[in-house]
Amino acid sequence: MKLYDYVLSPSCYKVRLMAALAGVKLSIRPVDFHPGAEHRGPELMALNPAGSIPILEDGDLVLTESSAMLVYLATKAAPQWLGNDTAVQAARVQQWLSFSHRLTASLGAARLHEMLLRPGNIDALKGQGTAALRELEAGLVEQSIRGQRFLASDRPTVADIACFPYVALAPDGEVSLDPYPTIRLWSRAIRGLDGFIEMPGIHRLHELKPEPVPEVGEA
Amino acid sequence: MTRNAMIDEWYPVGLASQLDAHGRGTALMGEPIEVRCGEDGTAKVTGGNGRVLPTCIRYGHVWSSLGDPKKPLFAIPEADQPGRRLVDVGVVRVRCSPLRAVENFLDIAHFPFVHTDILGSEPHTEVQNYKVEIREDEDEVWATQVKFYQPQAAKSAEGGITTEYMYRVPAPTCSILYKTCPPHPGEWDVITLFVQPLAEDLCDVWPWMALFDDETPMTDLIHFQQTIFVQDRSILENQIPRLLPLDPGMEIPTRADLTSVAYRRWLKRHGYTYGAQLVAQ
Repeated sequence: MKLYDYVLSPSCYKVRLMAALAGVKLSIRPVDFHPGAEHRGPELMALNPAGSIPILEDGDLVLTESSAMLVYLATKAAPQWLGNDTAVQAARVQQWLSFSHRLTASLGAARLHEMLLRPGNIDALKGQGTAALRELEAGLVEQSIRGQRFLASDRPTVADIACFPYVALAPDGEVSLDPYPTIRLWSRAIRGLDGFIEMPGIHRLHELKPEPVPEVGEA
Repeated sequence: MTRNAMIDEWYPVGLASQLDAHGRGTALMGEPIEVRCGEDGTAKVTGGNGRVLPTCIRYGHVWSSLGDPKKPLFAIPEADQPGRRLVDVGVVRVRCSPLRAVENFLDIAHFPFVHTDILGSEPHTEVQNYKVEIREDEDEVWATQVKFYQPQAAKSAEGGITTEYMYRVPAPTCSILYKTCPPHPGEWDVITLFVQPLAEDLCDVWPWMALFDDETPMTDLIHFQQTIFVQDRSILENQIPRLLPLDPGMEIPTRADLTSVAYRRWLKRHGYTYGAQLVAQ
């Protein structure tokens, strides 16, 4: 499976993260998104007329939507990540997969504006991002009342991976996560998953290393 | 008063490869400027009131100054050595003092914690003794004999090796890192951090490299350096206070911070205080 990838893109990171969690090996084809704008060049535009990355190729299959890539990876290698045990759970997964586009359009665009100087109405983007974070926080609080730590279930699904990167990187676009305690707990739970990988701006949990054990007999 | 000494310095204001006749609006120390390609094909930079600013093109970038530069832009002789690949890494904006961006670049001790498994790793966190001096003739800060254990110093390297570095600060918002170069023993890879001060607590950072590496694709070289710098970005944006403290009563440095101490001393000596905090608050 070949991923057209940019190391600083949260959407590309979703796919790298899902692949790592599902144990799928990707062949990475780096795209000079910045400063080269290679994603707007003829080779990639022919593959994806929308001019966006990531693009995932597997044989004849070409995917250009990151949510579809997450579902494809999970279906192939880790079906428990699909979260389709019940009708309610499957619907919640779809709900949050669609919702994740709002995070890209708001927090993602704010980040591109603040970090890589892309055009945009920064105040409007930050406002839309804040509204989306409040909705996510409320959703996670309701889930915790149901005894569930993740967006659609008591275990992580593709919906969590779809929403996590742009949320975790919100401070890059000058949107603080301080007001959202449940989002921070959820983010920590995702960072603590076996097989979790980081991206620039999303650090691993160093504190998960084993605690030093005092030697027996010491005072 | 705080602007005076730094106003005559050169600053990067854009990539030479992205110059166009349409122009790009940006800023230098609070003043809006415009950078464009003139009809004669050379770079033109104009200040807020339309006045023409000094301009030069060097090291992949357009450089300008709000004042009257007393000397040409600092030399990087290695940049003209044949066989090197010149890498335009591209701009990254950071909400931090331009001086803090340079100071972070000079620090080695954070490698294992921020650039984990790339530039450093736990438990190899020790910074061995190194030499720091302010070279009076060149009027530059230099750190030499810097050695650090790196888990993956190069793509070809199997396992960790100890890499040697030299750091150089030739201008208040520019730093050059020289790093041992495995394919060319005796030569140094050149990795720079050119910082454009937009405001005292906001900067555009333009990393640039001149490397001996015939194998790694250009995009991989760009992505490697962007990865490293964006790992630093979130740390830089959370440093308190926002301005770089020059008051020695503000912080307690350790031996590993010798370069930072010399850099701050040099800034203070020259009155390079745009982006600095002079008195602890």
